[in-house]
Amino acid sequence: MSEFVRPLSKEEFEENFSQIKPIMNDTEAYLESSRCLFCYDAPCVTACPSGIDIPLFIRQINTKNITGAAKTIYEANYLGNTCGKVCPTEVLCEGACVFNHQNVKPLEIGRLQSFSTTNAIERGVELCYVREDKNKKVAIIGAGPSGISCACELRKEGFEVDIYEAKSQPSGLALHGVAPYKITNKEVLTEMNYLKNQFGYKVLYNTPIDSKDKITALEAKYDAIFIGVGLGKSKSISIKGETNINVYGAVEFIEKLKLQHQEVFLGKKAIVLGGGNTAMDAASECARMGVGSVVLAYRGSEKYMSAYAFEYDLAKAVGVKGLFNTLPVEILEEKGKLVGVRFINTAYENGELVAISGTEFIEECDMVIMATGQSKKVDFLAWIDHLSLDKESRIEVNEKFQTTNKKYFAAGDAVNGGAEVVNAVSDAKRAAQEIKVYLSK
Amino acid sequence: MSDLSINFAGIKAPNPFWLASAPPTNSGYQIMKAFDQGWGGAVWKTLGVPVINVSSRYGGLDYRGTRMMGFNNIELITDRPLKDNLKEIEEVKKHFPDHAVIASLMVETREEWHQIVRDVENAGADGLELNFGCPHGMCERGMGSAVGQEPEVIKMIVGWVKEVAKTPVIVKLTPNITDITVAGLASVQGGGDAISLINTIQSIIGVDIDNFVSYPNVGGESTNGGYCGPAVKPIALNMLKNCAQHPYINLPISGIGGIENWKDAVEYILLGAGSVQVCTAVMHYGFGIIREMIAGLEQYMDQKGFKTIDDMVGKALPKIKTWENLNLNHKVVAEINNSKCIECQLCYTACEDGAHQAIGINKEETRVPYIIEENCVGCNLCSLVCPVEGCITMKRKDNGKEVITWKEKTMAGDVPTTFDDERAGGAGHHVPKPADALKK
Ligand SMILES: Cc1cc2nc3c(=O)[nH]c(=O)nc-3n(C[C@H](O)[C@H](O)[C@H](O)COP(=O)(O)OP(=O)(O)OC[C@H]3O[C@@H](n4cnc5c(N)ncnc54)[C@H](O)[C@@H]3O)c2cc1C
Ligand SMILES: Cc1cc2nc3c(=O)[nH]c(=O)nc-3n(C[C@H](O)[C@H](O)[C@H](O)COP(=O)(O)O)c2cc1C
Ligand code: SF4
Ligand code: SF4
Ligand code: SF4
Repeated sequence: MSEFVRPLSKEEFEENFSQIKPIMNDTEAYLESSRCLFCYDAPCVTACPSGIDIPLFIRQINTKNITGAAKTIYEANYLGNTCGKVCPTEVLCEGACVFNHQNVKPLEIGRLQSFSTTNAIERGVELCYVREDKNKKVAIIGAGPSGISCACELRKEGFEVDIYEAKSQPSGLALHGVAPYKITNKEVLTEMNYLKNQFGYKVLYNTPIDSKDKITALEAKYDAIFIGVGLGKSKSISIKGETNINVYGAVEFIEKLKLQHQEVFLGKKAIVLGGGNTAMDAASECARMGVGSVVLAYRGSEKYMSAYAFEYDLAKAVGVKGLFNTLPVEILEEKGKLVGVRFINTAYENGELVAISGTEFIEECDMVIMATGQSKKVDFLAWIDHLSLDKESRIEVNEKFQTTNKKYFAAGDAVNGGAEVVNAVSDAKRAAQEIKVYLSK
Repeated sequence: MSDLSINFAGIKAPNPFWLASAPPTNSGYQIMKAFDQGWGGAVWKTLGVPVINVSSRYGGLDYRGTRMMGFNNIELITDRPLKDNLKEIEEVKKHFPDHAVIASLMVETREEWHQIVRDVENAGADGLELNFGCPHGMCERGMGSAVGQEPEVIKMIVGWVKEVAKTPVIVKLTPNITDITVAGLASVQGGGDAISLINTIQSIIGVDIDNFVSYPNVGGESTNGGYCGPAVKPIALNMLKNCAQHPYINLPISGIGGIENWKDAVEYILLGAGSVQVCTAVMHYGFGIIREMIAGLEQYMDQKGFKTIDDMVGKALPKIKTWENLNLNHKVVAEINNSKCIECQLCYTACEDGAHQAIGINKEETRVPYIIEENCVGCNLCSLVCPVEGCITMKRKDNGKEVITWKEKTMAGDVPTTFDDERAGGAGHHVPKPADALKK
């Protein structure tokens, strides 16, 4: 049983989804920053995909140079505030902090990071980076973390930038995907707004690039194009019953929840299929929405789940029950109503997962969430000439983030197949530097 | 954007951050590495008479969770051959012509001083620093602080050096002296171009209570050493102020002692330092701390509108006066912000046992203490012990219009003169009866 009751008001929603990494106050930040050892060749920095100079910004907090701390962070990572809150720090910077070797709690790097950047955003600290006009124009498709990061870096270098975004708001999955207890929508959008004011790129909302003609038009108008479109819809696993209206794709379910909060109506018993981080998020979110029983069903064993251990811990902490070695066979309906899932137990034989016949059982439920991966945007990508995809339909890029069509660069989920915000941000920043080199030839 | 470059007594450097003469400046290798990371200058580890060092050499003073809040050493001057050092000075200057390389020197006779000054200047040093400060070992041989404690000797040796020096001469003073301005003045009289302070303070860092040996332990025995690091900053700042305010010590001053971050450096500059030198912080954290220092100083200067370092030098000096010139009518009392209080009652016990019994607690109602305004003398103690920033603040109670100082009172014949004079400050204060202390 989960301990949450269904939230009916904005306040109740916020309580159920209270921030697991709340913003520190000055005292907390000061005391925490005092602990940092200022390690040489600090392992926390190596572990950060965006390479933020962590000991430097922590020392800057400690010497009350918060503006300096924020600048240090933004110099390496344009979504510094968002990353501080949503990064899986347990397996990145904080997981690498030397204090772990002493069995002492590592520095709370993520929270110190968001402390500095939130403070800077609130005060409108000028990052004052923008260089002289280069008289070249770059189009960016997608205003997600990768697109925004690329835009900031290009603006800093003096390029004109227009971002084309299908949705009505920026930041992609940071807004539409990341769990509400990690970051609030307001926090995400406030940073977006800050960056836009600082760097002055243009975003055209509700403007999907959804035809070959639009692609051709972009190519005519711009000197280079960056693709930051992320991934597509949740994948289906093609089992009977999956078209029932109470079967949701995880990303679609989460997006709806993120935009409508307590207005979303859910059932009493949910089964989440999958073993990745998105599955953990979806299960946690159901529990926090007051769904009485939430079962997470994974076809393999617990230790083979791709989700981070801490994400599963988070789900368990809110009452999610794990069911392992269970393969869904069929989603059961009675007169169109979803009533359960038929599973079959599995086992590993010579490293392969196989169903064990005769072990079928039924788990009752009134809703199912399929967290079995996201598809790739293959239709869209097919409109771009000479653009190669790899075996898993990820955009192929060289070490310069340039695609097989020289005019196009790409980074983020569409290239790495789905990673974290920080990877998208950091790779897109590097891609922008390569675009600069390409355009100065 | 602010300009960090300085011209210190004729020695130019891209910024005021110099490495103090100490282990971080032992070799050309270290100094090149430091310059590469952003340091503006370096005072070479003292060159001079041949020495032999002992092992171990250092001791640290930890405070709660913090390592090396104070640091102590019994190390002597460089034990590397002079010719190697000279070759390396030349090489560093070749790579970094715009950075300041200053040779710290310590020898005995006039001939030795003349010789070594010529040698280091030929090697390309931009300036000289005379080490009259080492408070252990070298002083037993009549050098270091043994010189720095004798104004006549300081004057004489500075004079010897000036006979041949072509580059600016900085005199590094020892704090192991009753009045540092006496040594400062002697440096002026000898013809020195600048002074630097402080060298280390004679100290015993601690005692191994199991083996009855003080630290650092050299084969079961020990000796007194020199103290430095964050703990010595307040002592150094005061000596800096004394020299900077002295009417006849009109020399540029290089500030040294406990500097670890940009704020420390700003404090030194505001009290009159034209450059700052760092030793312990680099020995603790490496050359990399310079990135915090430069970024912080630039940020501060931009924010305050300072264009150059010179704009800031000595800014805080005019406001440091002698006690007799302070306003006796200025009156502040403590105020507790109840909503910030975390109820630790440290302020209560500090004031009750350690100050003026001006904080009360009401056990029945709340753990938040209250200020008894009539008893509060405005000493600040509670606000200093309070663990919550901005929870206890000192509120001004006088109107700021009537200024009266002890000096003015003395001139007007209005100061208390007898032991029981009613005009003394504490006469009207409330003090509980001694027997109240035993009430349970
Ligand atoms: C459920 C879920 C939870 C997650 N939780 C975390 C987390 O806690 N921490 C973390 O670091 N990462 C998390 N991630 C991953 C992270 O959100 C992504 O790695 C990151 O957002 C990728 O950024 P991107 O810019 O590549 O793509 P996206 O964020 O997907 O952004 C792509 C943008 O492009 C727009 N777009 C797409 N096609 C077009 C088109 N044809 N024309 C115009 N615009 C278009 C989209 O509308 C979108 O705004 C999570 C992901 C999911 C799905
Ligand atoms: C290990 C050690 C060796 C030192 N050697 C010298 C020296 O050779 N010459 C000198 O002038 N000062 C020497 N000093 C003193 C430093 O230059 C400096 O004046 C002092 O440490 C105060 O600065 P700090 O608090 O930044 O360490 C030495 C200090 C230490 C800790
Ligand atoms: S590893 Fe930990 S202690 Fe070391 S610099 Fe990084 S945060 Fe600080
Ligand atoms: S710091 Fe270096 S030289 Fe000193 S004792 Fe340790 S290893 Fe030896
Ligand atoms: S010291 Fe500060 S926090 Fe503690 S009781 Fe006093 S006012 Fe409250």
